[in-house]
Amino acid sequence: MSLTADNVKQIAHLARLGIEQQDVASYARDLSGMLDLMTQMGDLNTDGVEPMAHPMDQVQRLRADVVTERDNREKFQAIAPQVDEGLYLVPKVIE
Amino acid sequence: MHNKTIAELAKGLRSGEFSSVELTSAFLDRIKQHKVLNAYVTVTEDRALQQAKAADARLATGDAELLTGIPIAQKDIFCTEGVKTTCGSLMLDNFIAPYNATVIDKFNNAGAIMLGKLNMDEFAMGSSNETSYYGVVKNPWDINAVPGGSSGGSAAAVAARLAVCATGTDTGGSIRQPAAHCGITGLKPTYGRVSRYGMIAYASSLDQGGPMTRNAEDAAILLQTMAGFDDKDSTSVDAPVPDYMAGLTNSLEGLKIGLPKEFFGEGLNSEVAAVLEAAINEYRKLGATVTEISMPSLKLAIPAYYVIAPAECSANLSRFDGVRFGYRCENPADLTDLYTRSRGEGFGKEVKRRILMGTYALSAGYYDAYYIKAQKVRRLISEDFKRALSEVDVIMGPVAPSTAFGIGEKIGNPIEMYLSDIYTIAINLAGVPAMSIPAGFVSGLPVGLQLIGNYFSEARLLNISHQYQQVTDWHQQIPKGFE
Repeated sequence: MSLTADNVKQIAHLARLGIEQQDVASYARDLSGMLDLMTQMGDLNTDGVEPMAHPMDQVQRLRADVVTERDNREKFQAIAPQVDEGLYLVPKVIE
Repeated sequence: MHNKTIAELAKGLRSGEFSSVELTSAFLDRIKQHKVLNAYVTVTEDRALQQAKAADARLATGDAELLTGIPIAQKDIFCTEGVKTTCGSLMLDNFIAPYNATVIDKFNNAGAIMLGKLNMDEFAMGSSNETSYYGVVKNPWDINAVPGGSSGGSAAAVAARLAVCATGTDTGGSIRQPAAHCGITGLKPTYGRVSRYGMIAYASSLDQGGPMTRNAEDAAILLQTMAGFDDKDSTSVDAPVPDYMAGLTNSLEGLKIGLPKEFFGEGLNSEVAAVLEAAINEYRKLGATVTEISMPSLKLAIPAYYVIAPAECSANLSRFDGVRFGYRCENPADLTDLYTRSRGEGFGKEVKRRILMGTYALSAGYYDAYYIKAQKVRRLISEDFKRALSEVDVIMGPVAPSTAFGIGEKIGNPIEMYLSDIYTIAINLAGVPAMSIPAGFVSGLPVGLQLIGNYFSEARLLNISHQYQQVTDWHQQIPKGFE
């Protein structure tokens, strides 16, 4: 299976990931190579096999719905690129 | 001083032979002397000396632990409060972690000294340490060779005596393969044994932190501190932590070793194979019996891994958006431009490749064909391990197909690089623990022997490694120029 340059651009858009025009062809080649590798899985019969997500088949733990975290807003915002009055700033979304 | 084991150093600190400040200063000097290796991203000299003073005071009260005053170094994937935590990426070049990883808290509580943060492949994606934003780490055994990856800085620092020991993380071999290439001892614990809290995520169902040390005894000491249930890690396993030191010297009489025929076929360098054969013979002399086993699903480990790991990576790394922390592009035109360019400029090529792969595998129409299929294959691989480990006590084999390859040799061909992970990846998919221990040399470069055990059998693996290290001296070899 092989991916085209347009496929790669579409995937990059889904991931909101900027890629250089000059690298598109090499990504297409590498991803196609990876997909070729993956087709090998088709040789193995997995009918009736349960997909495995956790090695011990452990499920997510639940905890009581109580506050355990302190307010660390100032500490966390100290490392943010741009904040103002406790808010994270991004370019204007609505004109 | 810098060639001593943790137990020897602990004794010296208690007898007054040297203080922790002296010991720490000696390592800080060595780090400055051997900058050529590029093993450290950040050296935390002032903090280390402060910690050493506090450790000396604690030692004087008699209320010290085995690691009190011992200088160690942390892979730069563990968040350290107030200290830059880069994960080897431009994306986090300006990231001063606001909290400590659980592993870091545990070492701090034990009184260990942090010398600094160690270089690594970007976001732990790589097998050669060549994807780091901070440049490649050099192998102390041959500075033209890679140290392995992703914990390349950890392996090089321990081998070159730039730290007594270090931490690493292993998603597909990232502790074991660099340990093998640098001639040290590395342990990837059972999935869920060591807390992942504050350990920057790559593939959350595979990631596991562990010790990288000069011998099995040191690894046991480190794991004792690192292991344990953590409420802050949703996949942490609530199982008691045994005494990892207690069984180190148990006899290996009657030990059943299984050698998977899939591990010793085509693709394994014949000189590496000869080294492994000699190591297995040592085990025979120690009373072990050896049988050939078969694990037919192993050959599908690489395709399954390169679906599951990139899929989880694409989800985990979506948090790097240029809004709350990390890199932000200059003058974004709008919100989409902010996301797209911050991520495009902040991530390196290998990380982008895996985000693209994972995004594709999880996209509408392909999810069942790739992700669900890979998770089914994953179950069959883990069943292969369970079956094999009900017949034998330990599985042995290579860690890597060859010794450390040259810098630049494989970086242009990512698929070939992925294939070099063939012997380590299946272990992460199954979630079982495994170690790499030094077993010999080929043309002056170290070879690692891999030991794979059943879930939570770390104590047994450490015992099997320790007994081998009592009758061999491969783990005591020091690279030239670093004596």
